[in-house]
Amino acid sequence: MRVLRLVIFLTLVLSVMEILLFGITRDITGQQRLNVPADQNIVTVKGLKQWLVEQYPAIGKLSSLAVAVNNTYAEDEDNLTPESEIALIPPVSGG
Amino acid sequence: MLVKLTDCIDINEVYEYLYSDEAGAVNTFLGTVRNHSKGKTVIKLEFEAYEPMALKELNLIAERAKQQWPIYKVAIIHVVGSKQPGEAVVITGVSSAHREASFEACRFLIDELKKTVPIWKKEYYEDSSVWVNAHP
Repeated sequence: MRVLRLVIFLTLVLSVMEILLFGITRDITGQQRLNVPADQNIVTVKGLKQWLVEQYPAIGKLSSLAVAVNNTYAEDEDNLTPESEIALIPPVSGG
Repeated sequence: MLVKLTDCIDINEVYEYLYSDEAGAVNTFLGTVRNHSKGKTVIKLEFEAYEPMALKELNLIAERAKQQWPIYKVAIIHVVGSKQPGEAVVITGVSSAHREASFEACRFLIDELKKTVPIWKKEYYEDSSVWVNAHP
């Protein structure tokens, strides 16, 4: 029974993809992180960007939009998994 | 390499790190908060970083500089948090045997930092605020 509960718990936790947000994307969404429901069936960076722009059209108006997977810039065709650390990178402005 | 994010830049710390008996040049660039932007008075800047990735990108840039120029030491430090006009927000620095490499490498560090490192600044004016570079 305990094992079954653990499996159910892990399935729920792992099936939700969490996206870290920074800068203007925190203002647009009003959140510091977004959960992408598993039923959205998002598997690539490109798919994630499309979903985000549908949910928050203001994201589509930014000068650029990048996605980082495990602290590295990802390409549109790269795959996403719920275990990865995924972050949305709006136009940078350090310096 | 001296690479970090901090809430306050200590120029002496950077010089102490870069200085070396074999170096004939220590070159630094210090970026500061300007009190005006596009005709508006700037009250303060706020910097936010995706810290683990920012550190990774800063280290990559420092490594690239070491590969491209004959330099001894490299430093890049960027602030996070709130800064007022006149305060330091970023420092890049290198030491090398001769000045030419130090000028070029130091400029490379700050130019590349602005392109790729996940750090964001919000400019606060008297009556509004804006995330810099966010919109075309």
